[in-house]
Amino acid sequence: MKSGVKRTTPYKVISIIILVILAILFLFPLYWIVTGAFKPTTDIYASQPVWWPSEWVTSNFEKLFTKRSAPLFEIGSLVAPTVPAAIRWLVNTVFMSVAAMLLTCITAAMAGYALAKKRFVGRTLLFSLIICAMALPKQVILIPLLKEMSALKLYGSLWAVIFPTVGWPFGVFLMKQFCEGVPGEMLEAARIDGASEARTFTQIVVPLIKPGIGALAIFTFINSWNDYFMQLVMLPNSANFTISLGIATLQGESSVDTGLLMAGAALAAVPIIIVFLIFQKYFTQGITMGAVKG
Amino acid sequence: MAKAPKHTMSRALVRRETISGYLFLLPSLIFFLGFVVFPMVYCIILSLTDANMYTEGLGNFVGLENFIDLWRDSVFLEALKNTFIIVVVSVPTVCAFSLWVSSAIYKLKGPLLSAFRCIFYLPVVTGSVAVTVVWKWMFDNYTGIFNFVLKGTGLIDKNINWLGDSRFALWCIILILFTTSVGQPIVLYVSALGNVDATLVEAAKVDGATDLQVFWRIKWPQMMPTTLYILVITTINSFQCFALIQLLTSGGSGTNTVMYYIYYTAFKLTEQSGHFGYANAMGVILAIFIGLLSALQFKLAKEK
Amino acid sequence: MKKILALVLSLAMVAALASCGGGSSKPAASSGAANSAPAASGDKSSAPAASGDSAEEITLWTYPIGDWGKEDVVKGLTDAFTAETGIKVNVEYLDYTNGDDKVNSAITAKNAPDVIMEGPERLVANWGANGYMVDLSDLMDDTDKSEIYENVLSACTNSEGAVYEYPLVMTAHCMAVNLDAFKEAGADQYLDLTTHTWTTENFIKAVDALYAQYGDTVAAVYCAGQGGDQGTRALVNNMYGGTFTNADHTAYTWDDPANIKALEQLKSMDGIAFDASLAGGDEIAKFYQGTLKMAFCWNIAQQLNPNAADTGAGKTISGDEIAFMSFPSETGESKLCGGIWGFGVFNNGDDGKIAAAKEFIKYMCDSEHTADAVKAANYFAVRDTAEGTDLTGIWADNEIMKEYQVLMPYLGDYYQVTTGWAGARTAWWNMLQKIGEGADVTETVQSYMAEANNPTTEG
Repeated sequence: MKSGVKRTTPYKVISIIILVILAILFLFPLYWIVTGAFKPTTDIYASQPVWWPSEWVTSNFEKLFTKRSAPLFEIGSLVAPTVPAAIRWLVNTVFMSVAAMLLTCITAAMAGYALAKKRFVGRTLLFSLIICAMALPKQVILIPLLKEMSALKLYGSLWAVIFPTVGWPFGVFLMKQFCEGVPGEMLEAARIDGASEARTFTQIVVPLIKPGIGALAIFTFINSWNDYFMQLVMLPNSANFTISLGIATLQGESSVDTGLLMAGAALAAVPIIIVFLIFQKYFTQGITMGAVKG
Repeated sequence: MAKAPKHTMSRALVRRETISGYLFLLPSLIFFLGFVVFPMVYCIILSLTDANMYTEGLGNFVGLENFIDLWRDSVFLEALKNTFIIVVVSVPTVCAFSLWVSSAIYKLKGPLLSAFRCIFYLPVVTGSVAVTVVWKWMFDNYTGIFNFVLKGTGLIDKNINWLGDSRFALWCIILILFTTSVGQPIVLYVSALGNVDATLVEAAKVDGATDLQVFWRIKWPQMMPTTLYILVITTINSFQCFALIQLLTSGGSGTNTVMYYIYYTAFKLTEQSGHFGYANAMGVILAIFIGLLSALQFKLAKEK
Repeated sequence: MKKILALVLSLAMVAALASCGGGSSKPAASSGAANSAPAASGDKSSAPAASGDSAEEITLWTYPIGDWGKEDVVKGLTDAFTAETGIKVNVEYLDYTNGDDKVNSAITAKNAPDVIMEGPERLVANWGANGYMVDLSDLMDDTDKSEIYENVLSACTNSEGAVYEYPLVMTAHCMAVNLDAFKEAGADQYLDLTTHTWTTENFIKAVDALYAQYGDTVAAVYCAGQGGDQGTRALVNNMYGGTFTNADHTAYTWDDPANIKALEQLKSMDGIAFDASLAGGDEIAKFYQGTLKMAFCWNIAQQLNPNAADTGAGKTISGDEIAFMSFPSETGESKLCGGIWGFGVFNNGDDGKIAAAKEFIKYMCDSEHTADAVKAANYFAVRDTAEGTDLTGIWADNEIMKEYQVLMPYLGDYYQVTTGWAGARTAWWNMLQKIGEGADVTETVQSYMAEANNPTTEG
């Protein structure tokens, strides 16, 4: 950054101050969740907000963990020991997010490559369809999807949430942007060498678009972790709840307990934030690379 | 004659490319066609019928009756208006805000820059349900922190019922949506600003251009692709506000949107519940609305 | 990047392990075969008539009716049932915010629960009327019919005589006041704590006194949704003696001038806010926290365990004393909204499941175990005896329950089975929101009532 001798203009000072205030405001909800989760009930229901817990207690988590229970997992007739349902919800959420992530990355990378590098009949049409479907909210196809899942006997299982996530074509779009950057000569050279299509893809294309796949993986993981609507409609059994759905259900119950809700929110948010912070660097790299070509 | 072999060659090539292209597309297509396109087609068909929860199958063909009824349904028109407001307000503000934040932070030192980027990204990661739950508490009429702070500083003298007052509720939802939308645009703009050709900027400055001129003449045009991409993802995001509305207001206090009204018509226990044909007609209108918006954005993208 | 991929992969492995769980999780209803519980129960003499054996597993969805929304309590009951019959019960807990949507989407997906616990307004007037429920009249012999209170039984029966709900418990909905706050404001003089009644005049005076003391909203006409709307209905109807429906339950009559007068009165009071950010459950929470000094969404189960928080009967979180009150009326004698809860059976086309579901209902509602089922709900039984077990004395050792009996004579007409009920409820809270925003009361009331009376004008 050679450009510009560093000058401290009033504008810069003011903007930094505003930025810091904004940053505090953006952090505040998270702060409020975490402290709220550990506040005793008297703090939570105090007539004036208590900015810092008068005492750090775990009673909210105890309530959360004793409220409902479910087996840790079920494989066919094998049923694991019973644990607090919130733990099961986390397990479900991890499974759902990872499954959606893997399926999306594999299918989207292949499709993105085809759309970017193959000149086949119907390509433009398909691509337009993908563009149009990208912004489509799931509510539009709510009823047909519900009937379809029911007919496929998937209603109530996590697959009913995973499959529509994988079907959402944003990943394909993103992967196409990345694959455009793969040099055509390399593919040509591989073809001349007699490499099969599958080989070309796995040996040449995939290594080149790895950062993109990484970004898509994190993106899908977070999205699917935080999705709520499909879960609300497709998962009626509390053993198959995800953590988002679990908290939303707690909020709907007749006895409104803010501390309990904050404990649930903390349980939902903290793991995913940790995942994000670990992968943050690759994530920012990935989303930028995809976009610059967009 | 001489051209014939070449013609068949390219035909063979096209066929080969088509086959291998579709083989690569196949896994993705199964999901895309199965869980997006097929339901969409089904939705269009249902929208032309009086299908409902209580009778099996497709119901009777009623032509455009559902659409005509929708046009007369004041609740739907209000929902459509609110949906429109959300998109029209949040997309430009998110873009402008993230552009400003990015230009203020992109020259900062590494750790500081990534700290800011992370902070603005955190609400995205926190997840809509967790975010909603805490905002609901902060907006609370009686014990919420907003009323406390505003009253404490003397800005208001009576509690404002943020989520229960139709003058405020929709804006509260737009605010929450805003905080969960600016993360990605900021990341994108920061990198776009960093990639601006430094020699051009340098040259302009030598010529005596002001900072503002440098920004609009040099940097802004170079960031156009990024801006368009941001427009697209922010638009997508604006339509994902279902959780906020369902958990905060249940569509009351003037916050109904088409997304919520579809769900409401389909499953809420009212006399109108289970009117699938009607709900799907709303879906079709929403899809057309979105399709037009996307087409417009991509047309702009092509021109640049 | 390799490291990252490795990490992602290992994460995937871990998840894949866990996943098997998620992956195989079928809807509980369809995995009955996994259960190896001992035998079906065809040999039980109490088993209802059914073609073939009972299924080994049924699902029960229950709304939070007293402690029937609490897993540890319900588990005790269902475990005892399983031990006796070998039928496993998978319980799901619904809430009043999204529970209905959940049932409706499950019906659409052909995955409705086998047994559902709620009141006649849903089971009879909605799902029953739409043909999803099984007629339970074969579960009732003449003794049962004579034992169950007549008005309860008629609420559970449709016009053709089909019984879509086997009732278990009932109560009268009332309101509650924060007695310590009333004393502080000098408003306790307006309460008659022996009869638990008060007049509209005194109610208005009390609100004014409380407002003078606290300078803020002391009670909320909550209208964020339909949850707990019996409270706002009873308040408005009783103040000046209005009605909600006609006596035949064929039309809504809430544009009664008495109701309009009540709404105008409530609107004009400083201490009362029309609050569109609260539903019934939120109102209870705010009352329990001490923010609101009155709750309109109250009943005996709340009195026994306020906000279901297990912090002691009849006390707010800070230990203030809660007194239950009947709704204010001109004479003091009010008509309270009744609540009836019981079980219904969804017809999922599986005779085995239906038979098992009926067996479950028989066990809970009409056997020596009924007392436990009633006590779990924190309400009163709908009959004096069940299969020879006396139910009149089950609350004998409970002072609060005994005291609450004074309100039971005020139990009014069970009008929640009026045609178009679900739509009327929606119209009601939407109307309150509009009035709260300052719309003209008479006009708003008339237009929303018209909507409730003519649900077909919509869509």
